[in-house]
Amino acid sequence: MDKAIIDAKGLRSIELNRRIKDAVASGVKEILLKRVNGHRFIGTGIRGDVTITIDGVPGNDLAAFMDGPTIIVNSNAQDHVCNTMSNGTVIIHGDAGDVLGYSMQNGKLYIRGDVGYRVGVHLKAYRDKKPVIIVGGTAKDFLGEYMAGGVLIILGLGVNERVVGNFIGTGMHGGVIYIRGSVEKHQIAKEATFSEITNEDEKILETCLKDYCSHFDLDLDEVMNTKFVKIVPASYRPYGKMYVY
Amino acid sequence: MSSFIPPEFIIKWNAKKCTRCLTCIKQCSFEVFSYIEENDAIISDNSKCVGCYRCVALCPAKALIVKKNSDVFKSNHYWTPDVIKNIYKQAESGGVLLTGMGCDKPYPIYWDHMLLNASQVTNPSIDPIREPIELKTYIGRKPDRLEFRDDDIELRTTIAPQLEVDTPILFAAMSYGAISINALKALAMAAEQVGTYCNTGEGGLPQDLYEYSKNIIVQVASGRFGVDLDYLSTGAAIEIKIGQGAKPGIGGHLPGEKVTEAISRTRKIPIGTDALSPAPHHDIYSIEDLKQLIDALKEATDYSKPVGVKIAAVHNSPAIASGVARAGADFIVIDGFRGGTGAAPLVIRDHVGIPLEFALAAVDDRLREEGIRNQISIIASGGIRCSADVAKAIALGADAVYIGTAALIAMGCHMCQKCYTGKCNWGIATQDPSLVERLNPKIAAKRLVNLLNAWTLELKEILGAMGMNSIESLRGNRLQLRGIGLSDKELEILGILPAGR
Amino acid sequence: MCSKAIEKDISACGLCGIINEEGFSIDGETVLRFISAMNERGNGLGAGFAGYGIYPEYRNYYALHLMYYHHRSRETVEQLIDENFEMEVSERIPTKRVISINNPPELWRYFLKPKNCPDMMGDELVVNFVTYVNAFVDGAFVMSSGKNMGVFKAVGSPKDVGEFYRIDEYEGYMWLAHTRFPTNTPGWWGGAHPFNLLDFSVVHNGELSSYGTNRRYVENFGYKCSLLTDSEVLVYLADLLTRRHKLPIHIAAFALAPPFWEQISQLPKKERELLKAIRLTYGSALANGPFTMILGFSGGMIGLSDRIKLRPLVAARKNSTLYLASEEAAIREICEKPEKIWRPVAGKPVICLLRRKLNVELYPARIHYQMEC
Repeated sequence: MDKAIIDAKGLRSIELNRRIKDAVASGVKEILLKRVNGHRFIGTGIRGDVTITIDGVPGNDLAAFMDGPTIIVNSNAQDHVCNTMSNGTVIIHGDAGDVLGYSMQNGKLYIRGDVGYRVGVHLKAYRDKKPVIIVGGTAKDFLGEYMAGGVLIILGLGVNERVVGNFIGTGMHGGVIYIRGSVEKHQIAKEATFSEITNEDEKILETCLKDYCSHFDLDLDEVMNTKFVKIVPASYRPYGKMYVY
Repeated sequence: MSSFIPPEFIIKWNAKKCTRCLTCIKQCSFEVFSYIEENDAIISDNSKCVGCYRCVALCPAKALIVKKNSDVFKSNHYWTPDVIKNIYKQAESGGVLLTGMGCDKPYPIYWDHMLLNASQVTNPSIDPIREPIELKTYIGRKPDRLEFRDDDIELRTTIAPQLEVDTPILFAAMSYGAISINALKALAMAAEQVGTYCNTGEGGLPQDLYEYSKNIIVQVASGRFGVDLDYLSTGAAIEIKIGQGAKPGIGGHLPGEKVTEAISRTRKIPIGTDALSPAPHHDIYSIEDLKQLIDALKEATDYSKPVGVKIAAVHNSPAIASGVARAGADFIVIDGFRGGTGAAPLVIRDHVGIPLEFALAAVDDRLREEGIRNQISIIASGGIRCSADVAKAIALGADAVYIGTAALIAMGCHMCQKCYTGKCNWGIATQDPSLVERLNPKIAAKRLVNLLNAWTLELKEILGAMGMNSIESLRGNRLQLRGIGLSDKELEILGILPAGR
Repeated sequence: MCSKAIEKDISACGLCGIINEEGFSIDGETVLRFISAMNERGNGLGAGFAGYGIYPEYRNYYALHLMYYHHRSRETVEQLIDENFEMEVSERIPTKRVISINNPPELWRYFLKPKNCPDMMGDELVVNFVTYVNAFVDGAFVMSSGKNMGVFKAVGSPKDVGEFYRIDEYEGYMWLAHTRFPTNTPGWWGGAHPFNLLDFSVVHNGELSSYGTNRRYVENFGYKCSLLTDSEVLVYLADLLTRRHKLPIHIAAFALAPPFWEQISQLPKKERELLKAIRLTYGSALANGPFTMILGFSGGMIGLSDRIKLRPLVAARKNSTLYLASEEAAIREICEKPEKIWRPVAGKPVICLLRRKLNVELYPARIHYQMEC
């Protein structure tokens, strides 16, 4: 059997995840979860090529430690999505909470709406592994904290006020953040700095956003037809001078 | 009469390494060294050496070693060499033994018996180098509560004038006279750069420093040296000096050797006389007199700046502090017995006063018990050696700390305790122009700024480790301290739990 | 008073608050489902509820909820009550036997009016009474002391505690609820949330690193922290700032979670001066450490998280009902399609007031009350 439908109502998180893992183990490639509400750790520890669609609001740690699958959420998500995810794709048709993509190492996290605090902390990249987080709405404080690699894009679609919060890129020493909109100097941390958008950047943006727009039925031209701000690390060893030996 | 006093230090000169540059001779103001041409040798008169290590630091060939002269008497735990030498000195002179800097005797150090908390798991620490940690502190009288007009945001309460600092470390009072003009300039420049304050001490404010007055607290001591309306209106705040930790109960002491023309001009006393500040202010014999002086100073400055009082830490500090608060002072400086000085009688420095740690805890407790803690800011002073001491002082109840000795060490002081001679080879505690010029104010200021920046960073690490991002949450928070190796009584007085509880 | 260990208890938790602005009743069953949806945030070792508007027939009486560990404690307390109050009703709090709730203390409630006391001093009398009982009467604790409201708490999971206290038999216009994850003193009923004094109740998720400072500050004013949990001090701060110092509610919230100096410096002069005055005067009330708290009082509730958002908080609205919770899923459990669901900004209070049609999320730059959808 290629598809499975699991009704999550009344199931504890551990029971639901057991059923999901059993389905994956038996070769199912598409799983639909109905009546999910607050169930944690969905997708956690699952490898391979399977697509899980979620109706309802998943609980914390969605796709934590996941390695490969695709998860589609037809509602909002909560906190800690893609925690230390090795690979995979997570599409959220709504808002999401705090501490998303913590230590994410590869894969994609696309959110249509707004996100909360500490998004993209400790993002890491290595050779061909490069995590990408794209947010359609706004993000709050501490975006890209301690970023070591990867790409963070905040689009602020349909938003008139500030697209991002304060303390952006504190401790940043790798990777790049693109923000569609204006960012003031006092919003970025001292370890981060503004940089000019080059042709290379345009290519990266186009590639990433083309994929993103395809999931949410958005017009790529409209999205790209605005000024982006690029934020990079000011140095690759921001705390080198802080200690005396 | 001949002297029995053996030299304190022995100098070893390495003839092979020495390049005969004669720097040691030029540098030593105590005239320890001489060059004997016939022998092509440097000889030293050990009896003159004070152990300031200037020669060792500056010898380009590293050819000099200054060692403590230890085996001068038969070993005796009770009649130590210092005790014996002091008796010899007094037998030979009939005088009061003088000394400089702070008490160096092995009384228990309570800072080193307190450990700081850190948070884990249930209350995670905050990452100090990436997240905001606020050390901003306001020193001054705080209102009991705030009142508003109706339901609006219109504030009815007025707030008394405050000193604002971004780090809770200020420079302690060190007078022009006790230290050189260059040292004073360095302190003022550093205070300006960092956004903190330095303090004139009893010596008045030399003209050169007026440009830094935004960052200078002016002191009104019993001698009232240099105190006039210009002086008062120029400073950022006014501090009435009642006592100091190094010599509680007795007055200030600037030996005539250090009263040069410049000092004389600033203090408005004749050249070469000893500048003695009397012990009490002769117009303050009771608390209501203090209140009167505070009121007078506020009136003289149009109520535009904080007026505080500095006291030495003694047995009834809490009661004194309560009185000082009710007398209208905006801040109180508690100076513990480890506090430094340019000159003090040895017997007073080493045997009078109590440790800052106790006085601070007791004063903080008493003011809270009486419901008046908010009326007065507490500045802890006297032997703050590192940022851990600062954190512990704040946890015990201080709003901020003064550093004196640590600041001088940052500028190059080697703690030889001979400040009263006026021959400081490091250009700090001297008025001799040839010595003063050795201290470059800009470089010294940089060193002070470095010190303050380093401690500020460390304080942030400490606060972050405790899970706090504002210093208000540490102030008086005794639960963040644990005692180690303390008796029940000591724990009780400090108001802290023992480690393990 | 508790003669057990003096260690400060710490716990991680889940919390929720629900209020109907028009004053319409919300039944206890709904609240039970609300908090039970967050079972994974607790460890079944503590849960509690605060219901407002649950005693309409006695709305003008102080409703005291007490727990007694010894029979003697009840005698002592009832004698004290007799001396100071006119007792309209004295009865056991109705409970149902639940297997997992072991050895419950005796649970009583009293509806009281102060004796020989001018109207305005009633609150003060009750505060003194509660402080005294909690600190000095061995084996007795006041769970709540407000009018037309009550706190029900115990060691157990929310479902069990709710069943034990028959929460489904109550209804009120506002409820707070909490599930706890204590790491010490697990057998101690008094340590469960909500904490209460008069009509202030608080549920709290996190740990107050500023507890030592906050505690010394409130103890200056006669409060006594005797319930071994740092959350307790929040209620005393609320009482001190709003009832005794008469600060407007949003100012009190600023005292607890002021903006950073860096942010204050960017505000217009008037707001800058105001926030500086608040921080200077009430620095010892600043709540530091990760937290989300919901503070309830007879006029409404306030949700607040720490300035750097180390604990979660989600808000939602449907018609005239407002929801606050640690997780969105909990809100969806009892309200499938809210009109609006949002994550409040860190450090800025979400104020939900009763019958004033003002639902305010304050931004420091616009401190006046504002209409929000």
